[in-house]
Amino acid sequence: MSCVVEVEHISFSYPDGHPALRDVSLELSHGEKVALVGPNGAGKSTLLLHLNGILPRQSGRLAISGLDVSGKNLGRVRALVGLVFQSPDDQLFSPTVFDDVAFGPIYQGLAADEVRTRVEEALALVHMEEYAARVSHHLSVGEKKRIAIATVLSMKPAVLVLDEPTAGLDPRARRSLIELLRELPQTMIVATHDLPMVKELIPRTVVMDHGQIAADGPTASVLCDPVLLAEHGLEM
Amino acid sequence: MSHAHFLDPYQDRPSPVHRLDARIKLLLVTAFILTASLSPLGAWPVYILLLALALSAELLSNLGIRFYFKRAVLALPFVLAALPVLFTTPGGAQLSLPLGLAVTLSGLERFLSIALKSWISVQAAILLASTTTFPDILMALRALRLPRLMVAVIGLMWRYLFVIVDEVLRMLRARQARSGETGQGGHKPGGTVFWRAKVAGGMAGSLFLRSLERSDRIYNAMLARGYDGEVRSLPHPALQPADWLLLGGILIVLIFILAVGQIAWG
Repeated sequence: MSCVVEVEHISFSYPDGHPALRDVSLELSHGEKVALVGPNGAGKSTLLLHLNGILPRQSGRLAISGLDVSGKNLGRVRALVGLVFQSPDDQLFSPTVFDDVAFGPIYQGLAADEVRTRVEEALALVHMEEYAARVSHHLSVGEKKRIAIATVLSMKPAVLVLDEPTAGLDPRARRSLIELLRELPQTMIVATHDLPMVKELIPRTVVMDHGQIAADGPTASVLCDPVLLAEHGLEM
Repeated sequence: MSHAHFLDPYQDRPSPVHRLDARIKLLLVTAFILTASLSPLGAWPVYILLLALALSAELLSNLGIRFYFKRAVLALPFVLAALPVLFTTPGGAQLSLPLGLAVTLSGLERFLSIALKSWISVQAAILLASTTTFPDILMALRALRLPRLMVAVIGLMWRYLFVIVDEVLRMLRARQARSGETGQGGHKPGGTVFWRAKVAGGMAGSLFLRSLERSDRIYNAMLARGYDGEVRSLPHPALQPADWLLLGGILIVLIFILAVGQIAWG
């Protein structure tokens, strides 16, 4: 069986010449959950934006569910990669929760009934069924995060990509988000600074620094290596 | 993270134009634009003199004439606004068009004058904006006694324009990320035009609400640091004698050009 995510020797420099990724390789098999940790500016977000082709790759190979991420596959790939941005305010741009969760399915050209079913299912998965008619603007940060996750679940993605899901949440909202992520069966890449969450939730950890992968292994062994953590500015 | 660098016209180069005090530059550019707009219609030699002045400053600024000509395309919309004078100025009809419209010779002269004058003026403004950092322009506006509140508003607008444009870029990216296609055939992606317009409208609305909230937060942060409606700043450094000399010299040239124009063509 092929991998869901195949990243091979990807490098990327921003237009100002600043190199953000250097020869990054990463593979995820079905249902695997991986944490991406490392200091700010390590290239985590840049890597995530490559997964659905928002940043065009400059070298290397990149495939999602066997589809090469480029050209005519981009539309298909964007439906397969559910990218949840760090700030839910960027993600939620429609007037109501329903409109936002329905965006992906409507864009895909699904029939109205199918769209409604998808929205109900997605909201049920994040336990926010009764929020459909609410205005996104007035929700709490924790609620916005859940809705933001629902907006990509409605596309039935093959892989869920989350950028800093627990940033800015109070302990209770954080706890309930962790429980939610535990319930979701999708293949998952989580970029985060929240190492206690990683330890609790995610079996495999990849450490990034200076645009390179510095370590990749079982969470238990990576997070129990104080030398490695200190070297890359991480703290348990 | 991509940012809205393209908005900032300032280009850092070592050149005498860059080094010139922002107050002098602002005064000269304002005087230059005034001279151009006060010059009478059809005073072609005056326009050529003014263009020569602008071009020499542009050459001195080390940015290349091509850069200015590309930017000066900005003057086009203003030129379009002057298009009706082609038909509305009374005079002998030179070219008849359908709908009873006719281009007159004096209309053509007026139109070309306006087009040329705005093109030359825009070049001077571009020269100022690309050789002076925005904080320096603000300082110059304050030094020239523009109401402080107005300078503060312009400064805040400039500061947060970039924040808002970044926000727009992030929002567009989030939309792009969810604009996918299903694997099964028979579904045309993209939705209807009406639905896409609705989404874009929703984005504009969210942006407006967020900007409004942000402005409240900014104002509170200003209050928290003692803002009382009065913007204060450090005293400005004194101008050098050479600056005064240059200011006086060019002002005299401009007044001379203006006088010649008024006497010969006014």
